[in-house]
Amino acid sequence: MEILVCVKRVPDTAENEIEVRKDGTDIVRDDLVYSVNEWDNYAVEEAIQIVEKVGGSVTVVTVGDEDSEEVLRREMAMGADNGVLLSDPAFVGSDGKAIAGILKAEIEKGNYNLIFTGAQADDGAGQVGGMLAAMMDVPYASLVNHIEVLDDKKLKVGREIEGGNQEMHEIDLPCVLSIQTGINEPRYVGIRGIRKVASVEIPVHGASDIGIAADAVGAGGAKVKLVDYFMPELGEGAEMLEGSTEEIVDKLIELLKAKGGLK
Amino acid sequence: MAGQIFAYIKHNEGVAEDSALELVAAAKKFAAGAAVTAIVTGSNVDALCNDMAASYQEVWKIDNDALSYPNAEVLRKVLLNILPNDAVILIPHDTFGMDLAPGLSIKIDSPFVSDIVDYEVEGDTLKAIRQEYSGQAHTHVECDISNGLVANIRPGVFQPDESKGVSGQVIDKSADTGDLTTGRHFLEIVEAEAGDVDITKSDVLVSIGRGIEDEENIEIAQELADAMGAVVSCSRPIVDAKWLEKSRQVGTSGQTVKPKVYLAMGISGSFQHLGGIKGNPFIVAVNKNPKAPIFQVAEVGVQADILEFMPELTEKIKGL
Ligand SMILES: Cc1cc2nc3c(=O)[nH]c(=O)nc-3n(C[C@H](O)[C@H](O)[C@H](O)COP(=O)(O)OP(=O)(O)OC[C@H]3O[C@@H](n4cnc5c(N)ncnc54)[C@H](O)[C@@H]3O)c2cc1C
Ligand SMILES: Nc1ncnc2c1ncn2[C@@H]1O[C@H](COP(=O)(O)O)[C@@H](O)[C@H]1O
Repeated sequence: MEILVCVKRVPDTAENEIEVRKDGTDIVRDDLVYSVNEWDNYAVEEAIQIVEKVGGSVTVVTVGDEDSEEVLRREMAMGADNGVLLSDPAFVGSDGKAIAGILKAEIEKGNYNLIFTGAQADDGAGQVGGMLAAMMDVPYASLVNHIEVLDDKKLKVGREIEGGNQEMHEIDLPCVLSIQTGINEPRYVGIRGIRKVASVEIPVHGASDIGIAADAVGAGGAKVKLVDYFMPELGEGAEMLEGSTEEIVDKLIELLKAKGGLK
Repeated sequence: MAGQIFAYIKHNEGVAEDSALELVAAAKKFAAGAAVTAIVTGSNVDALCNDMAASYQEVWKIDNDALSYPNAEVLRKVLLNILPNDAVILIPHDTFGMDLAPGLSIKIDSPFVSDIVDYEVEGDTLKAIRQEYSGQAHTHVECDISNGLVANIRPGVFQPDESKGVSGQVIDKSADTGDLTTGRHFLEIVEAEAGDVDITKSDVLVSIGRGIEDEENIEIAQELADAMGAVVSCSRPIVDAKWLEKSRQVGTSGQTVKPKVYLAMGISGSFQHLGGIKGNPFIVAVNKNPKAPIFQVAEVGVQADILEFMPELTEKIKGL
């Protein structure tokens, strides 16, 4: 099985308090800790496990700037065989559709049976996987939390739906699957693993290498334009308890008693 | 002018989901009085179509045994066959809408806006509000809808429009579906397993999120719950990490709970988590980030480290 996994470098929401710039053009990016999008990490782990079972290779690809190379290396330290960085000034500001188009152009240069994306990116819209499948005209399943390889033409997949129930399907290869968290337990990547892949060559492909017209992508080509970031007007909001920890605990206990929270 | 407006009706074997009437309200954001067409797909959906005709000016019925389970891969083909190219189509942003809509937007060549929490329409421009980073930042996005739109609307943000009183017309489009074969075949639903405790039965929940940081720290929450006579529930990352059973997860892909009191400990307050909390409980949030979205929905908030705060609370309660 030749598997391609699309990964994205995003600000790590578990490590940062996200703030919006005063002018609303972006979030405050100084001192942000970045990592690989959580969903994508599960996707790479799943790809590695499938290849361990049935053979083949795992390639990780990202559309991003030069800093995005670090997430490719991290996923290669996990066990992905190859990495490809799709980078070009023309790609900056692309909307989801353009990202899917760029990924498709790269995919067509290879010979992949199976494509994974994350179910959504922390700064995304849960759209790239479904768009990519439609552009490639192959079957798609989103929110996949179970994969079984039936033979070289078919998979059995489970989709996570409401209430923790699971929708089982048979799906023809090649196909695109968007992977939901919890499908596996992604392996730990230590410093040593990262060092091992530190000097591996990662090819960089720009618009002309993959045959993308520069004006079809980037901010200029975006059909859906991001106007600004803002913090919502806080409605009523919570009453924040202030004071020493002891005072707060006492107040809280009174409130809990009143609301039936203590037995 | 944008094209004809459609709403995709989600239902469980003929029983409409809440989103069916939420989309009536959402559609009113277009030109006042604009006609909206409900799309009902499935098998034996006559009763549902008649119901929807009380809320929508037009109902397109697509009745076919092959559509008895809503397989998004098949329904995308159906919609492509029946929708005009410049259709504006509203779809609930749930696990079905996420499966269906992005690909539909490509095939029908219209812009896609996902997970909309609010919007306005000015002329041919849609101005929508979305969220990023689990609700920590909001954005305005814009697109031209004169050639159509695929819009996923977040469930629960529009109040269902119960006014009814419309005498809509049901139009049978069942013959227009075209070929229904796809490369993805629905097999069955596997239901979620029951777990060690039933969090839906508890009046008081001590719910932990990623802020608990380590599996060993769950003990700290358990001690607080024991002192309070409460049960420990959690957000999704705790289950993904296999620290607690899936049956303890609160949220759209977990359990729906209706406690009297809900303590959100180190939980940011994503909509998928909040979607599992019903019945207006008294929510107390403890979080070290004062801007965490959970503070917008909680009654009472404490800015603190839960690993320090919970033991203090437990001690005091034990001493009562
Ligand atoms: C289709 C789909 C379905 C989903 N279904 C669900 C669902 O059913 N239930 C669910 O919960 N999620 C669900 N999610 C995931 C959801 O989007 C969020 O990712 C998740 O709810 C975040 O969990 P969290 O709040 O625990 O973690 P985070 O968002 O990482 O928040 C952790 C919070 O803890 C705070 N914190 C950190 N350390 C401390 C400390 N020591 N003391 C105090 N505070 C601290 C941080 O400030 C932060 O606010 C779903 C996602 C998708 C795509
Ligand atoms: N810039 C990108 N490069 C590579 N893959 C991406 C990129 N953006 C999104 N993806 C993939 O698409 C998934 C969904 O992202 P989104 O549609 O932006 O929420 C992510 O989990 C990635 O797998």
